[in-house]
Amino acid sequence: MQTNPNFFKSIFNGRNAVIAIPYIWLLLLFLLPFIYVLKISFAETIYARPPYSPLLIWGDSWLPSIKASFDNYLFLFSDSLYIKAYLSSLKIAFISTILTLIIGYSIAYSVARAPTRWRGILLMLVILPFWTSFLIRVYAWIGILKTEGLLNLALMSIGIIEKPLMIMNTDLAVYIGIIYSYLPFMILPLYANLEKMDMSLLEAAADLGCRPFKSFWTVTVPLSIPGIMAGCFLVFIPVMGEFVIPDLLGGSETLMIGKVLWTEFFYNRDWPVASAVAILLLAILIVPIMLYQRSQEKAIS
Amino acid sequence: MKRFGSFNIFSLIVGFSFLYIPIILLILFSFNESRLVTVWGGFSTKWYGELMQNQGIKDAAWVTIKVAFVSSTIATILGTIAGLVMTRFGNFKGRTLFSGMIYAPMVMPEVIIGLSTLLMFVALAIDRGIFTVTLAHITFSMCYVAVVVQSRMSSYDDSLTEAALDLGCTPFRTFILITLPIILPAVISGWLLSFTLSLDDLVIASFTSGPGSTTLPMKIYSMVRLGVTPEINAVSTILVGVVTLGVITASLIGRRQKQQVLKTQHT
Repeated sequence: MQTNPNFFKSIFNGRNAVIAIPYIWLLLLFLLPFIYVLKISFAETIYARPPYSPLLIWGDSWLPSIKASFDNYLFLFSDSLYIKAYLSSLKIAFISTILTLIIGYSIAYSVARAPTRWRGILLMLVILPFWTSFLIRVYAWIGILKTEGLLNLALMSIGIIEKPLMIMNTDLAVYIGIIYSYLPFMILPLYANLEKMDMSLLEAAADLGCRPFKSFWTVTVPLSIPGIMAGCFLVFIPVMGEFVIPDLLGGSETLMIGKVLWTEFFYNRDWPVASAVAILLLAILIVPIMLYQRSQEKAIS
Repeated sequence: MKRFGSFNIFSLIVGFSFLYIPIILLILFSFNESRLVTVWGGFSTKWYGELMQNQGIKDAAWVTIKVAFVSSTIATILGTIAGLVMTRFGNFKGRTLFSGMIYAPMVMPEVIIGLSTLLMFVALAIDRGIFTVTLAHITFSMCYVAVVVQSRMSSYDDSLTEAALDLGCTPFRTFILITLPIILPAVISGWLLSFTLSLDDLVIASFTSGPGSTTLPMKIYSMVRLGVTPEINAVSTILVGVVTLGVITASLIGRRQKQQVLKTQHT
């Protein structure tokens, strides 16, 4: 075989080697695992180690026979629990993204409009919870929301309510937990966008007689759409597969697909069904993830 | 035109109260004498003492620190290279896939990452333990480092690098002498971010760890499932304290760096 030495030289030059280091790492440890999930989602659950059947069976012939079954996917569609969990996750992720956007926007907007000398410290106050453990922040709400928790104690001592509110282990607790945990993810991209907004546009609008409320809707909001998109993706996509919040704050009727996957894997030890759940979730999220990637690439170029 | 009005002050007060009251209450009740987390029984540090007696927590903390230190260091190296590739290498073959693999782990639900990484380790017969958790942590942390480094790289002028290269400096020396000092604050905050991400991770560690490599969040999670106790508040307070200290240090480093840049520009 004829090989061109320049070909090898051009492949193994320094530039390609630098690209190759992180590239190969991500291929092996991020992309390759998905191929295994896909493969195992077509396997059968068996009592063995590992608990799934092989996909390729090496028989007498030189070609292996493929033993793939769609049973796991058929199972997901036959048992209404899974469909309900996907739909419920979509609903919870959608509603909490909207609520986080409303709350996050007013905070990001206020930080961006604050006097310059305050902005650094205000931004720091937004970032700090973002660095603090997710698990701890969710845990903090258990003591507040539970029946004999701090919120009920406070409200009852003031006399606003007589009987304790039942918030813990309901969908409301899940919404509170999600908004609380994901708020910094919404605020940061919104702030980055609002902070560099050209104020002269708003002044021009005001000079031309536009009311502040109207110029907010016709100037500020349309200009901040890239920030809104980035923030919404950063909340919506991970919340779809959220496990910790529904597990710790939600109740038995809170259905979320991340929790279903966890249960299939850790409690039922049904790896193939857990894989099928993951593949279907990925299929739902692949478009939002690609849109997010594209919006980020646009932002840097 | 009124720029910063009462609405802004109101939303900042309400917003920051929402963000901070739960954490403050959590810290407060770690110093509670009573075993009840909701009733104040006087100031006490006994739960911290109890924590020091808890061998399970100490073992888990040690595992977590080792994993976080190693994974954040390797993730910082890989992530810095990745950030460099994203900003300074133009269009190369497979660039879209590369940037996809950088951005996707940041939003991908953790249960998917955890499950898929674990299934690969099992299929390749790699024993689960500290090693596998570390590999998984490096992979998602390096993406955050890449994004932090990339945003710093794209905000500074490339002419210094070009000058060095024109004057015959090798690319590697140019990186060490010119690029690295400029992006150092981003590299340091990338390291700190990776460290805290690794320190905090529950879901991916639960999938990829094996017997004997229980991390602190896994330990805390199993305690939380049994109920709210002041001990959990105490260990949480320590974690919050460590992270807060780290973030403040990072921002001070960043500010000093900025002032130095300003000084050199003035002289």
